Amino acid sequence: MNNIFVYCEITEDGKIADVSLELLSKGRKLADELKVKLEAVVIGNGLSKIEEEVHPYGVDVIHLADKSSLFPYLTLPHTAIICDIFKREKPEIALFGATSIGRDLAPRIASALKCGLTADCTSLEIGDHTETKSGKTYKNLLYQIRPAFGGNIIATIINPDTRPQMATVREGVMKLEPATRPVKAMIKLIDMDKVLCDDMFSIKILERHIEAQKINLKAAQILVSGGYGVGSRENFKHLYDLAAVLGGEVAATRAAVDAGFIEHERQVGQTGVTVRPKLYIACGISGAVQHRAGMDQSAKIISINSDPKAPINAIADYTIVGEINQVIPKMIQFYKKHSK
Amino acid sequence: MYICRSLLTKSNQYYLFMSLKIVVLAKQVPDTRNVGKDAMKADGTVNRGALPAIFNPEDLNALEMALTIKDKVPGTEIIILTMGPSRAAEIIRESIYRGADRGYLITDRKFAGSDTLATSYAISMAVKKANPDIVIAGRQAIDGDTAQVGPQVAEKLNWPQITYAEEVISVNSSTIVIKRRLERGVETVECKTPVLITVHSSAPECRARNASRMMTYKHARTATELQEEVRDYTELYNQRPYLELEEWNVETINADTNCLGLSGSPTKVKKIDNVVLQQKDSMVLTDSDKDVELLMVNLISSHVVG
Repeated sequence: MNNIFVYCEITEDGKIADVSLELLSKGRKLADELKVKLEAVVIGNGLSKIEEEVHPYGVDVIHLADKSSLFPYLTLPHTAIICDIFKREKPEIALFGATSIGRDLAPRIASALKCGLTADCTSLEIGDHTETKSGKTYKNLLYQIRPAFGGNIIATIINPDTRPQMATVREGVMKLEPATRPVKAMIKLIDMDKVLCDDMFSIKILERHIEAQKINLKAAQILVSGGYGVGSRENFKHLYDLAAVLGGEVAATRAAVDAGFIEHERQVGQTGVTVRPKLYIACGISGAVQHRAGMDQSAKIISINSDPKAPINAIADYTIVGEINQVIPKMIQFYKKHSK
Repeated sequence: MYICRSLLTKSNQYYLFMSLKIVVLAKQVPDTRNVGKDAMKADGTVNRGALPAIFNPEDLNALEMALTIKDKVPGTEIIILTMGPSRAAEIIRESIYRGADRGYLITDRKFAGSDTLATSYAISMAVKKANPDIVIAGRQAIDGDTAQVGPQVAEKLNWPQITYAEEVISVNSSTIVIKRRLERGVETVECKTPVLITVHSSAPECRARNASRMMTYKHARTATELQEEVRDYTELYNQRPYLELEEWNVETINADTNCLGLSGSPTKVKKIDNVVLQQKDSMVLTDSDKDVELLMVNLISSHVVG
């Protein structure tokens, strides 16, 4: 069987993005299970320290394209380099972060190589498959698992006949875990003169304003999270107050973000960040499966909801039936009264 | 390219070197955002019939972007392509009410079971037939949220792509400058046509229907829809032939059936699980002072907070 490839995205400060390191962690485990190698694809500019960065994650081979014109990211040159590698190396599995870049790049590659791609997977597993009509069996396929149809169902997708089996995964879904035995990676340099041509640089970047990540939901031990039920941008002030008192961060559901109550950077769920805090306080959140996929591994969950039948209550340790603007001030009051 | 086409279209002669032809890709989707209580059947499966069919929200942003370009480059023609069953003709009517010039319904049983790769192949063949300078689509559809079809179509056309477009900064008959919305910022890019653009939900909302266009086009129907009509439209359509909405099938777009439907789709659905909530042992409290105080004391004593 051939190897597992992870596309490593480069951030503004020239480092490998967290989501890519998380995918290397997952890729290492899948590679061990399948007894194959883990290979990283790194494309950018000024990447002399890349070997040190990926070393803890057990990468066997790094495919490196290091050239000034390759940062910032452009769709066509990155597509051409990856298609060139994949055509030669024929990966078994290829993983991409479900980021602005990964969601621009992965479908382009899947279309060029005519292979299957599953977006925003919440779980990746190895398993077998038997075709019902022909009885043909497939060993060790990648199960690409994701909520679908507005989160009303969970689908397991497979690509029986085409390679690579491609998937994108959001930041925070896979755990960042160094490998048990790091290895010294072999670096393979890409012959860029052979792969790149001027036509691929037809899109000119005139201006960029990229801000460093300000809010780190994944690192917060306590999250006070609001849904559509919070009702307004103003009501979110209660959540900020509680988060400040408890030493936590404020998060939100997609519905709250879409309604304009709060910025997208704070979105938790399948199309946002996946979090595992010590305490998750869900305020006015009904509990769609896409949201739960991003927070159901929280150690303790409190739901504050005026609807006693809200689906989120089923996974909550405590449910408070009531209005947010009544309950939260009381929580602050009694926290202050009893904490030292 | 513009010269040839403009010479063929008499009405466009005035804008000989100016006009653009834009295809907008739009999809009719079940409104998964408003899943009501009757949306699940007794056996726990999704009751698709209970979900209203709507214009995919970001495709409306895409239509607005096309209309904005038309405002800036007079003589520009906007063509809607939508793929789906007969009732998806509603998307074309809705687009024409809002200012699109015409549209085609790509419809054929042979498309059934297509994943994003097979869908993008079919759409790319239809785009080739329409032969535009720019293709604009919503970033993603709310029934799948994959955001794959746009880039996949661009690759099949061998065109550059600009994803997550938020604003048209400038446009003329050969070059477009677009502001893109990224996770942590914005980027302004310039590209020559042809190009495929996908539009982010942060882009301007689509303008409202135009009352006189609604009056003019309210009887627009596809051939399939006409067969189901009780009223006889023959005379009306003889007088106003522009009311007929054209349907394109596999043959019209010259597609290879091996690349469509299940046989053209590398991804297979192995399993569908309905979402079942496992009930935790949950303590249910009221909003009384006593209950909230009890909760906070619990959290502090178990070191969850503090």
